[in-house]
Amino acid sequence: MQLLEVRGLKVQYPGAVAPVRAVDGISFSLQQGETYALVGESGCGKSATGLALLRLVDPGRIAAGSIVFEGNDLLGLSEEAMRRIRGARIGMVFQETSAALNPVMRIGTQVGEALRIHRGLSRKEAHTEAVRLLRLVALADPERQARAYPHELSGGMKQRVMLAIALSCSPALLIADEPTTALDVTIQAQILALLRELRESLSLTILLITHDLGVVAENADRVGVMYAGRLVEEAPVAQLFEHAEHPYTRGLLRAIPASGSAKERWLPTLPGVVPDASNPPAGCRFHPRCTERFEPCDRDEPEMQDRPGDSRVACYLYRKERVG
Amino acid sequence: MSAAALVRARGLRKGFRARGGWLGSKGPAFHAVDGVDLDIGASEIVGLVGESGSGKSTLGRILIRLIDPDEGTLHFDGTDLLAMQGQALRRLRREFQIVFQDPYGSLNPRMKIGDAIGEPLTIHKLANGRQQRTERVAELLTQVGLDPRMATRYPHEFSGGQRQRVGIARAIACGPRFLVADEPVSALDAPVQAQIVNLLVDLQEQLDLSYLFIAHDLNLVRRICGRVVVMYFGRVVEEASASTLYDAPRHPYTKALLAATPSVRPGRPQAPALAGEPPSQTAPPSGCPFHPRCPEALAECSRETPALLQIGQGHKVACHLVGRSSP
Repeated sequence: MQLLEVRGLKVQYPGAVAPVRAVDGISFSLQQGETYALVGESGCGKSATGLALLRLVDPGRIAAGSIVFEGNDLLGLSEEAMRRIRGARIGMVFQETSAALNPVMRIGTQVGEALRIHRGLSRKEAHTEAVRLLRLVALADPERQARAYPHELSGGMKQRVMLAIALSCSPALLIADEPTTALDVTIQAQILALLRELRESLSLTILLITHDLGVVAENADRVGVMYAGRLVEEAPVAQLFEHAEHPYTRGLLRAIPASGSAKERWLPTLPGVVPDASNPPAGCRFHPRCTERFEPCDRDEPEMQDRPGDSRVACYLYRKERVG
Repeated sequence: MSAAALVRARGLRKGFRARGGWLGSKGPAFHAVDGVDLDIGASEIVGLVGESGSGKSTLGRILIRLIDPDEGTLHFDGTDLLAMQGQALRRLRREFQIVFQDPYGSLNPRMKIGDAIGEPLTIHKLANGRQQRTERVAELLTQVGLDPRMATRYPHEFSGGQRQRVGIARAIACGPRFLVADEPVSALDAPVQAQIVNLLVDLQEQLDLSYLFIAHDLNLVRRICGRVVVMYFGRVVEEASASTLYDAPRHPYTKALLAATPSVRPGRPQAPALAGEPPSQTAPPSGCPFHPRCPEALAECSRETPALLQIGQGHKVACHLVGRSSP
């Protein structure tokens, strides 16, 4: 069953010269219960996409598209109706837990806050529920930690608290934006395992936003690869890692130290740099860096097209006429 | 390893006071680096891995005397570095430099890139006059893969990868022999990371440099380092050649680190190898600092701190389990 469908989404931020086209016409959908990973480099628009789903794009604007969540187009809702979805039906966790948590409010109060707002629980009921949620995210000694302040907690513990807050109103969708990027690997492994458990026990749908393909390989069901505001490839996780089609995806995969031979000292790289989002190149945005480009690539932007194995790719190498 | 080590450290210890109490009054002391021996040979790349708070950055800074240790000895090419002071130490500083994780934090935002790179040349009197300095800066920019015309730009005009290239140009400006690279690519995306790592490897070969490469990405360390040192809570827990460490790790912490490192093979991983969190610096555990999280801990692990023992060629481990099983 489809939980979310995004069509032609465009998000723009004010820029010095021209608007920054952070997200420039992307479409994807999330099926109930799956983990869908959005991957790409800094500035590709993956975080802006996540925030747009909550309509949190200040000072930018959603310039085009539709976001249909549980049957409603979120872009047509009033701000008040949107508030009833934000935090209640869609929860979100970020990389920067210290910035997201209030430093002078006890953990338990912060976890219970959404319950008091969305569910109208009393202070006491909210506290009891907060302790239950902290136990759910496997925070050691939840009764004591509920009385603690954020600075008393480690990074991993704070991310557990963030998850407890995000899950407090039993959302259908959890957006996790680089949830483990700031954490050490052994703690990252714990948090990712917790996410996998919670997904099962709460039948959550997760949009996992990350730059780390290792995290994607072990946690996602399907993957969307973004480049310069566009979705360039989408595939089931195994398909993507074994038969990536877009030259950008292949370059991205080759550049990870874990792939290839450990004996090879030099890592394969992509030439050049990511384009300026206020002035992306004409045609395929990847063409200036692409080693396989040919005549149409610098003229027209390739459209997403279906490929075998439930994949989609936006690249002229796979144009039907070319194959035929 | 040998008497010819370029950097030779013995018994390094460094304590800090934890912040604590009301308005930062002094809390209890803890050792960020707690008795570390380390040798780095000429033209060798030694990897240093460990999690936040393991003391790896403090150790790196001690080796180039940005931080003075409380105890221990430190020799650079046979010279007693801790005995050096003032002018003599400043003169020697051109021989060892550091590349930081965040080049944005280490570059003056109001200083043009060319001046930032040229500054050490002026300080060490390696350029006679403006003309010669400008030429040398252009040469350095080219060497790190930047356009020499970028010398007149400011740090904010550069991307993360370009800023890291600037940081590297500055570090090699005075012709050092040893570089501490402290998480030099951790803040960068994979394709940019690969470009910077390749640059560091190229420079190591061209300039015959030695590196202490501090990182948390074990896969990356494996690619470029000959030898790898693993730290936990201020101590070296294992040291081995990269191939031995990855293929036959002996310390339970090294095993857990390797198990926790994400692979690129799709599929669900096993349950996390390690429960719990690294120990608190203000209330350090007794005995082996890893024992509260160790899946294989014995009774003696909470009583006695294991010594770092040689168990094979170039392979050292600090673990009671290993002491037992080896002849």
